[in-house]
Amino acid sequence: MLLSNISEKNNYMLNTIYILWLRQIKRYARSKARILGSLGQPILFLVALGFGFGPMYQASGQGDFIQFLAPGIIAMSIIFTAMYTGMEVIWDKQFGFLKETLVAPASRFNIMLGRTFGGATVAFLQGVFVLLISTFFGFSIESYIYLPLAFLFMFLIAIFFTAFGTAIASVLEDMQGFHLIMSFIVMPTFFLSGALFPLDGINRTLYYIIRVNPLTYGVDGLRQSLILEGSFNLGFDILILSALALLAIFIGSRLFNRIQI
Amino acid sequence: MAKKMKIKISNMENDNIIEIKNLTKKFKDLTAVDNISFNVKKGEFFAFLGPNGAGKSTTIKILTTLLSPTSGSINVNGYNILEEKNKVRESFGIVFQDQSLDVELTAYENMHFHAVLYRVPKKERKQKIKELLEMVELWDKRNKQVKKYSGGMKRRLEIARGLLHHPNILFLDEPTLGLDPQTRRHIWSYISKLNKRENITIFFSTHYMDEVEKIADKVAIIDNGKIVSQGTVAEILEKQQRANLEEAFISLTGKNIKEESADNLDVIKQYIRKK
Repeated sequence: MLLSNISEKNNYMLNTIYILWLRQIKRYARSKARILGSLGQPILFLVALGFGFGPMYQASGQGDFIQFLAPGIIAMSIIFTAMYTGMEVIWDKQFGFLKETLVAPASRFNIMLGRTFGGATVAFLQGVFVLLISTFFGFSIESYIYLPLAFLFMFLIAIFFTAFGTAIASVLEDMQGFHLIMSFIVMPTFFLSGALFPLDGINRTLYYIIRVNPLTYGVDGLRQSLILEGSFNLGFDILILSALALLAIFIGSRLFNRIQI
Repeated sequence: MAKKMKIKISNMENDNIIEIKNLTKKFKDLTAVDNISFNVKKGEFFAFLGPNGAGKSTTIKILTTLLSPTSGSINVNGYNILEEKNKVRESFGIVFQDQSLDVELTAYENMHFHAVLYRVPKKERKQKIKELLEMVELWDKRNKQVKKYSGGMKRRLEIARGLLHHPNILFLDEPTLGLDPQTRRHIWSYISKLNKRENITIFFSTHYMDEVEKIADKVAIIDNGKIVSQGTVAEILEKQQRANLEEAFISLTGKNIKEESADNLDVIKQYIRKK
């Protein structure tokens, strides 16, 4: 009796997570414009920066800039998508759908978890698309053995930033704050992460800023697993990113739990 | 545990499924709900009336755990709304006053989402979704995205969704607003059946006084955050010496309220936004 009760509970928990995950996927799959639109920016970066700075980079004896840049651009597309899907909580608040989930007899932790996994899956897929696209621009994966590791990093980045976006969205009232977040959090996070330039020999202050940026370890791990080059210990990258992802889920669910409408 | 059992038992004795004692909700300077107390009995068809901005929706939001009260003690289905939120949420279903659909999903998907999230057993899902979508005459358009629906269709879908699972209490916040008489009659007769067949307590608000006269067992009228009258329809009519509920309602709530209430709404909105 007790056992069947527990399994029923687990079942319901999984169902809750699953249905919220599915909703995110469906919304994504249906917004063709969003998918295409969010591929435009990475392509622009690959072309403008990759081909633009490529000769300079090569001249300084560092090799192929596209190889260096592509993992950073993949990370970029993941954090942009992840933050956006995380912050969709605000849309749901404004369009009323959030109420439907908030009065459900499901725990809000599971609801937040389902949303976050859904958003992270979407961001992950977006990253895979950009990885594929970058091969058209001359990027080549050094070793396919490490590809699962690259996917792991992509997923961890996605989880962290979706949960982070959800946390922020839980305390914001409307989309007006969105641009503020984009300009003052998302853009700096991307630009100051080692996604665009190597860390050797850069200004000390900048270096420390980069070291406290979570994305730095995502980009580094991704780069190591895709082109077998990087700055930090791979295990350290995984550890720190996993810990931060868990922390973001924890804080995000706390804030999500406190939402009042 | 023992304490909870006691609450349960005492609740069964007096048969109240909703107990509100001295509920107050303040938004900054504005007191949206001002020290109200009333009970709703199990299985009752309870009408909660009042002009716009009188505090109806705020009260319903507090009863359904979407807002926290400033003070007061509230039990829903025997559970304290502050301490046992999850238990409370398991006890009720709700049709909101304003939209709460995912417009990117189809009507069927909205229903399915709700069925899973609100624990409708897997075997019953398909059949129930079909039954309810047919009731509100949306079955043929079930695979259309909700964003292509008209306002009335969305309203109907919203109601169908709210009736999908059968909780102990059903909150309906102006469910029939903007619907034609045919649909209104359809929906009320369905809800009436639910109420009788499954002994589901219905707590609803509306501006259509004829609906109240026809179906409500008990009525409470709120104005400026205070309960100004409660009882059966007959009792209220007698107290106010009026021939119908609309007259009684106007005599109780006056005529100069609408302007005030518009201001109140603005204050609440601003307050929530700032928060």
